[in-house]
Amino acid sequence: MSSSPPPAAPATAPQAAVESPEVARQGTQKLLKYLVIAVPYLWLLAFFLAPFLIVLKISLVEVRVAMPPYSELITFVEDGWIAFHGSLENYLWLWDDPLYINSYLSSLKIAATSTVLTLLVGYPIAYGMARAPRRWRFALLMLVILPFWTSFLIRVYAWIGILKKEGLLNLALTHLGLISEPLTILNTDIAVYIGIVYSYLPFMVLPLYANLEKMDLSLLEAAADLGCRPIKAFWVVTVPLSMTGIVAGCFLVFIPAVGEFVIPDLLGGSETLMIGKTLWTEFFNNRDWPVSSAVAVILLLVLIIPIVLFQRQQQRSAEAEA
Amino acid sequence: MSGAGTASNQARSGSSAARQRWAPWEDPNEKPHVRIVGVTKRFGDFVAVDNVSLDIYKREFFSLLGPSGCGKTTLLRMLAGFETPSEGQILLEGEDMSGVPPYERPVNMMFQSYALFPHMSVEKNIAFGLKQDRVPKAEIDRRVAEVIEMVQLGQFAKRKPHQLSGGQKQRVALARSLVKKPKMLLLDEPLGALDKNLRTQTQFELMNIQEETGITFVIVTHDQEEAMTVSSRIAVMDHGRIVQVSTPGELYEAPLTRYVADFIGEVNILEGRGAQREGDHLVLQCPDAGCAIQTGPYAEDGGDESLWIALRPEKVRISKEPPADSSRNCMTGEVWDIGYLGNLSTYHVKLDSGKMITATQANMARLIERPITWEDRVYLTWAPDAAVVLRD
Repeated sequence: MSSSPPPAAPATAPQAAVESPEVARQGTQKLLKYLVIAVPYLWLLAFFLAPFLIVLKISLVEVRVAMPPYSELITFVEDGWIAFHGSLENYLWLWDDPLYINSYLSSLKIAATSTVLTLLVGYPIAYGMARAPRRWRFALLMLVILPFWTSFLIRVYAWIGILKKEGLLNLALTHLGLISEPLTILNTDIAVYIGIVYSYLPFMVLPLYANLEKMDLSLLEAAADLGCRPIKAFWVVTVPLSMTGIVAGCFLVFIPAVGEFVIPDLLGGSETLMIGKTLWTEFFNNRDWPVSSAVAVILLLVLIIPIVLFQRQQQRSAEAEA
Repeated sequence: MSGAGTASNQARSGSSAARQRWAPWEDPNEKPHVRIVGVTKRFGDFVAVDNVSLDIYKREFFSLLGPSGCGKTTLLRMLAGFETPSEGQILLEGEDMSGVPPYERPVNMMFQSYALFPHMSVEKNIAFGLKQDRVPKAEIDRRVAEVIEMVQLGQFAKRKPHQLSGGQKQRVALARSLVKKPKMLLLDEPLGALDKNLRTQTQFELMNIQEETGITFVIVTHDQEEAMTVSSRIAVMDHGRIVQVSTPGELYEAPLTRYVADFIGEVNILEGRGAQREGDHLVLQCPDAGCAIQTGPYAEDGGDESLWIALRPEKVRISKEPPADSSRNCMTGEVWDIGYLGNLSTYHVKLDSGKMITATQANMARLIERPITWEDRVYLTWAPDAAVVLRD
């Protein structure tokens, strides 16, 4: 065994000596690469997947008056046997009680409506920003981002002061003589729509702005040159070309709006049915952790469909650009 | 350059007689198709187009030629309606175009960037203009098929612009601007993005299409060779003004100014003084050349001021033997440098005054037999009509 390597050894040895620092460096580089990739995955693993598995586990067991307020999913019995106590009873319960189905449907409806409203408000803003003189664009962009510097909760609270019966809006409208009786806006669905549109507007404006800003304006000149009026050119050229921005903005608003809790809780009325609120009630008022966990799992499943669609659309647009 | 030039002559030879006779700009009874009357365009303090007046006739292939920033594109954009003149008027078939927006002008433009709609197929891009005019669907289909045939894009009709090569995109853009049969087609550097071989080939296609459709073409280019090849007439622009409007031949043979002479092709420029009239010609003393120069026909008297004389390199004969009369139209110097281009050789000759003169000669003999070489003392002569007096 020791006699067989010598003929090859003289030839390979110097080469190996030359290569080894190179190989070592490549090795460290590879390690660094994996490390960089690992950080976000570890983060997601610890703060997303692990909690989700815990929630999933709780959703399969029964409620009980104890600490923690639910039964064990897995128990160890004698002789090393494991007993599994899970059931889908909580999920069946959600199906039986119309409250939950109505909450889901109402959440989807409110989220969809406010997404459309946000698009209607956000598109002109993004369009105006993208067509503004270049030296203003950064300032305008900052104005859109600026609200993020204040707590979301505080901004939603501020809307109570604006929308309530003796609030700023009613005060202004009465002073202007537009209304004689103060309007009831707070604690209605309208207030929820206002809150969602206001809060998620930047998520709509930013992708739209990014899209509209890089549009080739000579396309509009070409349209005009071929006999197309500016308003029509907007519909047949600008809108179709900004479709990726529209889709991105809509998903970014719709997905978080479905699960929104703070806005319906602070601005909505007792009739405003949203799944986030139902979940909160189930968890904190009824202290039924297993049922509220089931609500959360179903909510996630409901949202996974649009998220997957969004992902696929983003990928397709990225491929189209490449 | 010379390759394209000879090819162009061959391509034209068939109809050259007809072409030479066709000169509506010389006919006082002919009405201009487009009149540009005293048009000025200012952007703030900057004057992009400065008091330009120009008549363009029907079926012309008219070029606006100049370096970048000379105002040629601005002038084209005013014809399209994208810019409004600060002063002056643009008349199309006698009709004032001011206040007529681009989408109501019977004029189409081919953009430098092509500006194809990326979300539409080739067919849809071409049909776009007809759709705006609410042309019946059957006719749209027929006309789109017709231009697709003309620009040879048959198998690409269903493709999107990003699936096409540069040359194919250029054809789509051309087809799209032709399909409406505009009264005038504006082309902004139409071949600028193509590589050299494709460009030469496409120049001839453009000329054929122009002849076939009979549409008046106005093209903007900075490429003098391209302008020379395709145009019926060329307007040379500089700093927003038109310096000269002529046929390619006149522009080359009889440039009016140093700027034009310099911009179109290569030229030797000499300074002459003490002009004396001799029939149609002027005779100038030229210290740089070390001889008197008899110029081509020139109407005005030179007076005492100095005049500029242009002499094209290929019109200069180079020889080791002195001519019979070396006091006139004959310069002497030493061969400083030789550029061998295959078909041609360029000689840089240093005159006794130190001035460098360029002369080109066709290489009729093989390279080995070439009689003139470095540091040879040579005589440069030319025909009396070859030297052209410039205005400034």
